[in-house]
Amino acid sequence: MKQRKLVVISAGLSQPSSTRLLADQLSAAAATAAGKLGVTLDVQVVEVRDLAHEITDHMLTGFPPAVLKQAQDEVAAADGLIVVTPVFSAGYSGLFKSFFDVLDQDTLRDKPVLLAATAGTARHSLVLEHALRPLFAYLRTVPLPTAVFAASDDWGANSVEGPLRARIDRAAAELAREVERREPATVADPFALTESFEDMLKSL
Amino acid sequence: MQFGIFSVSDITTDPTTGKTPTEAERIKNIVTIAKHAEEVGLDVFALGEHHNEPFFSSSPTTTLAYIAARTTTLQLSTATTLITTNDPVKIAEDFAMLQHLADGRVDLTLGRGNTGPVYPWFGKDIRAGIPLAIENYALLHKLWREHTVDWEGKFRTPLQSFTSTPRPLDDVPPFVWHGSIRSPQIAEQAAFYGDGFFANHIFWPASHTQRMVGLYRERYAHYGHGDADQAIVGLGGQVFMRKNSQDAVNEFRPYFDNAPVYGHGPSLEDFTRETPLTVGSPQQVIDRTLEFRDYVGDYQRQLFLMDHAGLPLKTVLEQLDLLGEEVVPVLRKEFAALKPAHVPDAPTHASLVAARTIAKEEVKA
Repeated sequence: MKQRKLVVISAGLSQPSSTRLLADQLSAAAATAAGKLGVTLDVQVVEVRDLAHEITDHMLTGFPPAVLKQAQDEVAAADGLIVVTPVFSAGYSGLFKSFFDVLDQDTLRDKPVLLAATAGTARHSLVLEHALRPLFAYLRTVPLPTAVFAASDDWGANSVEGPLRARIDRAAAELAREVERREPATVADPFALTESFEDMLKSL
Repeated sequence: MQFGIFSVSDITTDPTTGKTPTEAERIKNIVTIAKHAEEVGLDVFALGEHHNEPFFSSSPTTTLAYIAARTTTLQLSTATTLITTNDPVKIAEDFAMLQHLADGRVDLTLGRGNTGPVYPWFGKDIRAGIPLAIENYALLHKLWREHTVDWEGKFRTPLQSFTSTPRPLDDVPPFVWHGSIRSPQIAEQAAFYGDGFFANHIFWPASHTQRMVGLYRERYAHYGHGDADQAIVGLGGQVFMRKNSQDAVNEFRPYFDNAPVYGHGPSLEDFTRETPLTVGSPQQVIDRTLEFRDYVGDYQRQLFLMDHAGLPLKTVLEQLDLLGEEVVPVLRKEFAALKPAHVPDAPTHASLVAARTIAKEEVKA
């Protein structure tokens, strides 16, 4: 079995949150789908709520406090991501966006990302397409074709095997395929010297 | 080892009184602070350069020349001199001039400046920060070492048969430190020339400083200037002290909470844990400062930030008393006892003149 790292970023605020519920279902489905392809996923969950103060501190001081740095390092080392945000005011939540705002440029380059969101009603579902997808395209990730939206209705008693389940499984399978066919992620050392002084002088 | 203070020259409202010093007050206070640094036995006073409010220090060599006239032993330096937006010709001239007036008690620390709007005011672009630092310093280095210079580069008008005046005192250029928080290219630049490397060290976790200094030392040896542990390293630091550590925390907290740069962000306790900031008793400052050596090795210069965030002059002078009377004498002794003989001290004008004399005799022999 190949070993790969999956990081799930969940930005719900209440505890428990339907955002985390969706995140957990997606990561479980991804682990199952990956298993069928011969890949064992090591899953780490980042609850953005737990890092809310540290994210603000990073914005204000320019460096991440230790616990945020640890989460950022996990994200940087991930072979695939699942990102789930609640819909706030017609977009992703500010806290969700802030987590990505303080990541170093290119941290997420070429990582497959499963986009997901939750809201009270299905009227918000296009947030995935008009807000999350451009953001993750900008971050140079590879957003998967299927993004998953869950509204309160989807958590109703009769829908365990309903349309949400089908979308979760389809998106999870897409994520598993992308992770499986890639080389393991490598993390660039920000302090590594990429050119000698002579090269720097020459390239002026 | 050299100990001293550095000022970023901010004019900040004292959050406990609501009083903001005038420019005139703050500028005269800086002179008083620098003089007092010498009086309490410190070695170095370094002054920042800024071209935007709330800072006053747009013209550091003017201020430093005045301080030079009012002091006798204090080494005058900068924190930092903008190698990106200043014309290297003017830096060469200004600091050679200062060197003469101050009888050689001058070195400088070069930095890029991180304030985006400042660059275009001087016709530059912050995105070219590193290339500007590389090319401008190459010219500055040449102007101080060659009498007649022909030069053509990307960022300034060409020079034909140009001589920067006055020539450096005794034809020995001021020692240069290169400052950077997180750009490995600047550590490489310092190593290439065999210059000093100064790590800001106050806004970022120690792990960053450790990596940057480690890279600089490794490359210093690579370029043949000496062993890695002979490279010339300076560190910033930030402290606030009272005899009783809880008094220090209580008194400093409002200044910390409202400080420029990190104010309204992390708590004093968080920032103390994450960065080298130390707020407490002189003994705590001694213990913490000695730990710096554990991750950068034996180093040559330790500067403390003491006068920012609206702290009143009286408080700053009291801090200098504590630093000079209780902290630095112990640190001098402890660091000296730990330092192996082959690790050099920070270069001074006298040591550079002596080194050149030896080098000339070796050539003759």
